[in-house]
Amino acid sequence: MATETMRKLTMARAISEALAQEMERDPRVLVWGEDVGVYGGIFGATQGLYTRFGPDRVIDTPISESAFIGAAIGASAEGLRPVVELMFVDFFGVAMDQIYNHLAKNHYMSGGQFTHPVVLMCAVGGGYNDAAQHSQTLWGLFAHVPGLKIVVPSNAYDAKGLMISAIRDDNPVMYFFHKGLMGLGWMPSDDLAEVHVPEEPYTIPIGQANVVVEGADISLVTIGATVPRAVRAARQLAADGIRAEVVDLRTLVPLDKEAVLTSVRKTHRLVIIDEDYRSFGMSGEIAAICAEEALDFLEAPIRRLAVPDVPIPYARPLEQAVYPSVESIVQTARELLG
Amino acid sequence: MDTQRYLSMYRTMCLIRRYEDRLAEVYAEGKSPLFNIAAGPVPGEMHLAAGQEPVAVGVCAHLRPDDAVTAPHRPHHIAIAKGVDLKRMTAEIFGKAAGLSGGKGGHMHLFDAAAHFSCSGIVGAGFPPAVGAALAFRRSGSDRVAVAFAGEGAANQGTFHESLNLAALWKAPVVFVIEDNHYAISVPKGVSTAIAQNSDRAASYGIPGTYVAGNDVLAVDEAAREAIARARAGGGPCLLEIDTTRLYGHFQGDPEVYLKAGEKEEWRRKDPILRFERWLADHGILDAEGVARIRDEVAAEVEEAIRFAREAPDPDPRSAFVGVFAE
Ligand SMILES: Cc1ncc(C[n+]2csc(CCOP(=O)(O)OP(=O)(O)O)c2C)c(N)n1
Ligand SMILES: [Mg+2]
Repeated sequence: MATETMRKLTMARAISEALAQEMERDPRVLVWGEDVGVYGGIFGATQGLYTRFGPDRVIDTPISESAFIGAAIGASAEGLRPVVELMFVDFFGVAMDQIYNHLAKNHYMSGGQFTHPVVLMCAVGGGYNDAAQHSQTLWGLFAHVPGLKIVVPSNAYDAKGLMISAIRDDNPVMYFFHKGLMGLGWMPSDDLAEVHVPEEPYTIPIGQANVVVEGADISLVTIGATVPRAVRAARQLAADGIRAEVVDLRTLVPLDKEAVLTSVRKTHRLVIIDEDYRSFGMSGEIAAICAEEALDFLEAPIRRLAVPDVPIPYARPLEQAVYPSVESIVQTARELLG
Repeated sequence: MDTQRYLSMYRTMCLIRRYEDRLAEVYAEGKSPLFNIAAGPVPGEMHLAAGQEPVAVGVCAHLRPDDAVTAPHRPHHIAIAKGVDLKRMTAEIFGKAAGLSGGKGGHMHLFDAAAHFSCSGIVGAGFPPAVGAALAFRRSGSDRVAVAFAGEGAANQGTFHESLNLAALWKAPVVFVIEDNHYAISVPKGVSTAIAQNSDRAASYGIPGTYVAGNDVLAVDEAAREAIARARAGGGPCLLEIDTTRLYGHFQGDPEVYLKAGEKEEWRRKDPILRFERWLADHGILDAEGVARIRDEVAAEVEEAIRFAREAPDPDPRSAFVGVFAE
């Protein structure tokens, strides 16, 4: 019908639009990080902001992550609402103490006196052979520490709404955008992520999953770039008459437990797909929740597809061997139903 | 005058330049008309060091095979000057089983234990391990030294400051080398660093600091001679900051919108290899014939490495699942 007026955006554009609209609305919102200024962010998340808001609100920082991420703690305590970008999640190691001992804990330790409305955003994920220090997702690592909200959009619509929510949230939010969903042009990007995005600002509640494909036979629970992969798998399975349900968690903390349980109680079968390492992470957490609260409903063992506890290797055949793929999702689902 | 030494330095500079220029071409294969980082025989990021030859060659000229080197995300020039096996390094960059790490590492993660060489894609990560290597050398009573190379952007990382202090405290035989190519991706040094020269920061740790201007291999050679000799002799650490230029973008595919007009042309005009070539000619060390011969030799060496890498078999996918722990 009116499809021409249904504006589609890449996820990168959706994020920069959300940032621009929030900066327009609230002068306390500042953006800083490496190459966020003239360059517009290595993955385009801050495109156009420097021209529009100038160097006082869009600040290129030195490669001093402990300092500029830690600075967000003090700045937010004293009234600013910083959005801080660090290119790759893999780099957070150098600033970890500021994040997990301070940003995450100060609200609690201060008995609620201090709040830290900070968004830490970064790129995650692989699939283009950037090897072990530039391909991780690591959301499980951050989700493990109490006090950090974790957001992982799988498409441009969610990316905008979740970014606006993240900025308006009075808590630290780690906002992870997957490189393979950003629509960058210079790297493979799943076109399922490029969807209609309304021009006006809107929010998506942090902590609300989204059932992107409804089905009755098996639940595919996932987040980030494996959401479109699960959707493609569901389409293939549909051709075999298997009705798979795809649950996009959208946020890991808080986790929409009810959405997972509702789906599992309906389908009785669960595959968890995670681009993070397998052990001690998201996939284990969700399996545990289902074992605790929906065991009686399960008609097959829970299956997990995740990176098998090895660093992400560089070479193409090696990298492909460690990531969950459409094929591995389809095959696992068939096995569970077979 | 040690003409053989100068010729060897010139040759290594030519080898590096040829390598980076050819790698730029190989990297572009399969990535046109639309640049796609994941396509072609060499996928992933690619940071080339053409123009920065004087740093690697001038410093490594004073290193022995048993000295340790840590390098950053832009490692090829340093690896070559340190004597990393060119064929196996190239095979690694191609992600082949015959590569230094069987294809697990790639261009930013080159490891060659035989050359005591390692590098990292994390900015500032190489300083602390170099201090540790130096500690090990001193404890074993040897006169081996460690050298940590990193960009001027990395000098704002906490590890830089912590490592200088630790090395000074331990009197560790380590030389910190900052390659000042004036940019950290898009951010000019003046926007990221409150003082003009990182070498001045050495004073706050009580160690010598020297700025070497001009991207001049002979000046680097002199400064490194003194620095490394002192470290070898038990005189402790020091810091060299070396002025240089990056003739390609930060990574291949960099739109370089941040460069000032004419800046790149200026760098190319001051090409350090051509300047060294002229110096060698003026001193009667090298004539046009010699230049042509050396350039042919290094070109053949590079082609041989690329051919080896291209023809080498892919790694077995099952190798991805092993090697996390030492057996
Ligand atoms: C801890 C960390 N932060 C950020 C990055 C992203 N990054 C890669 S290279 C680079 C710039 C490095 O600049 P410099 O040290 O001057 O080296 P050059 O690239 O100029 O050789 C940045 C910011 C990283 N790899 N690691
Ligand atoms: Mg630099």
